[in-house]
Amino acid sequence: MYKVRRWAVRHSHFFETFYNVFEKALVKLHPLLLKIGYARLDKPVAKLEQLCKGLLFDCKMCGQCALSDTGMSCSMNCPKNLRNGPCGGVRQNGNCEVKPLMRCVWMDAWQGSQTMAASDRIFAVQLPVNHALQGSSAWLRKVRDVVQQQHEPTPK
Amino acid sequence: MIFHDEPIPGEMLPVLAGHSSAGRLERVLRAGHFAVTSELSPPDSADPQEVYVRARVFDGFVDGMNATDGSGANCHMSSVGMCALLTRIGYAPIMQISCRDKNRIAIQGDVLGGAAMGVSNMLCLTGDGVQAGDHPEAKPVFDLDCMSLLETIRNMRDKGEFLSGRSISSPPKVFLGAASNPFAPPYDFRPHRLAKKIAAGAQFIQSNYCFDVPRFKEFMARSRDLGLLEKVFILPGVGPMASAKTANWIRNNVPGIHIPDSVISRIGGAKDQKREGQNLCVELIQELSEIEGVSGIHVMAYRQEEAVADIIKRSGVLQGRTPWYPGRDLKLAGE
Ligand code: SF4
Repeated sequence: MYKVRRWAVRHSHFFETFYNVFEKALVKLHPLLLKIGYARLDKPVAKLEQLCKGLLFDCKMCGQCALSDTGMSCSMNCPKNLRNGPCGGVRQNGNCEVKPLMRCVWMDAWQGSQTMAASDRIFAVQLPVNHALQGSSAWLRKVRDVVQQQHEPTPK
Repeated sequence: MIFHDEPIPGEMLPVLAGHSSAGRLERVLRAGHFAVTSELSPPDSADPQEVYVRARVFDGFVDGMNATDGSGANCHMSSVGMCALLTRIGYAPIMQISCRDKNRIAIQGDVLGGAAMGVSNMLCLTGDGVQAGDHPEAKPVFDLDCMSLLETIRNMRDKGEFLSGRSISSPPKVFLGAASNPFAPPYDFRPHRLAKKIAAGAQFIQSNYCFDVPRFKEFMARSRDLGLLEKVFILPGVGPMASAKTANWIRNNVPGIHIPDSVISRIGGAKDQKREGQNLCVELIQELSEIEGVSGIHVMAYRQEEAVADIIKRSGVLQGRTPWYPGRDLKLAGE
């Protein structure tokens, strides 16, 4: 819902803190998750994820969540699906070029990012969206990535 | 300026050390000259002569011309098609690639095809939304965004790899450009977005129409603070407005164009509005060329292409230099 998602952006700092704790907890649960099987868990977890994030952020379930990099404003709500910042068409009043009644997703993202602790994450260049991941759980993917990184820290 | 190794039209110049392309535009910029580029609007026609006629009006005044890719989301001859025609006779097009109409498979194919035809400059754009053009019912693609597009082409060039990781036997040697719009909010994010584009591979930048010089100066100052000016060539965009009415229409209907009221009232108050629009354009070019970090100018004179030569001449920014065009050297030798 538009109103809720704009509210969430205004409280980006809270959601950032909350998510960080949540992610740590999930990572702790990794051995259990592994036992049950990530593949088996994906569907139910994705459902739950869709419910929560859909309500709060109008999440589109791209499966590679970037909310922490985009000021808690889901960039998949941008009609051009931009993952790296606002297009040149943002209206002078800050609304979207394509949907004149909607606030530009990236106006919100910029605002949200600046109240977050990791306010510089919005400056990182995001990879192209992997459309094959659409509908899968980004939470579980993140846990596996974190665990993998812990086990084989990348050189550099 | 005549290069000692001027090519036979359609053949490539050698790639100089430290350059990423064989192109003239990159050579001019890296040599520290003030570069001029313009926008070539594609015909609604399958007749190659229409492209050549449109290109010829810029002869001797531009270092590169943008072959636009469905700009404003309107359908015209494709940018790849125009580039094929232009490179055949030695012109140096800047091939625009918009993310709106093609997915990553089509785009990477076009990059190889374009480079094979001799396109040395590519400009990566997100593209206007389909609602802006004559086919609002079309499916918007936006598989990549301008940032990931830049990165994709840079990797094709520097790593010799497709996005999939599959290798390319002969990488495309291209000079990479991107657009920037300092005149759209959020203003304080714009310089950071420029930084991202540079990080993703942008080597030159063309901006949207610049009418608001103080805003542009502010943008450049912030970019300088971020250390960006040494890393990229910036060519602000300018263009003559035919009348106050046109300017008003453009302001209200073309996405991302900011024209201050003062500009509209100045043009509207003149006896010859068209001429006043051109005068303003000349003044803007002169003013912008003085700003630190400005390496050239990008002239967008939609439906007034024939005025570009005069505007450039009056601005004096070429400082006596005659950019290459087919037949230039014969002509200069004859004079
Ligand atoms: S104005 Fe904002 S939300 Fe709309 S298409 Fe551009 S970046 Fe996306």
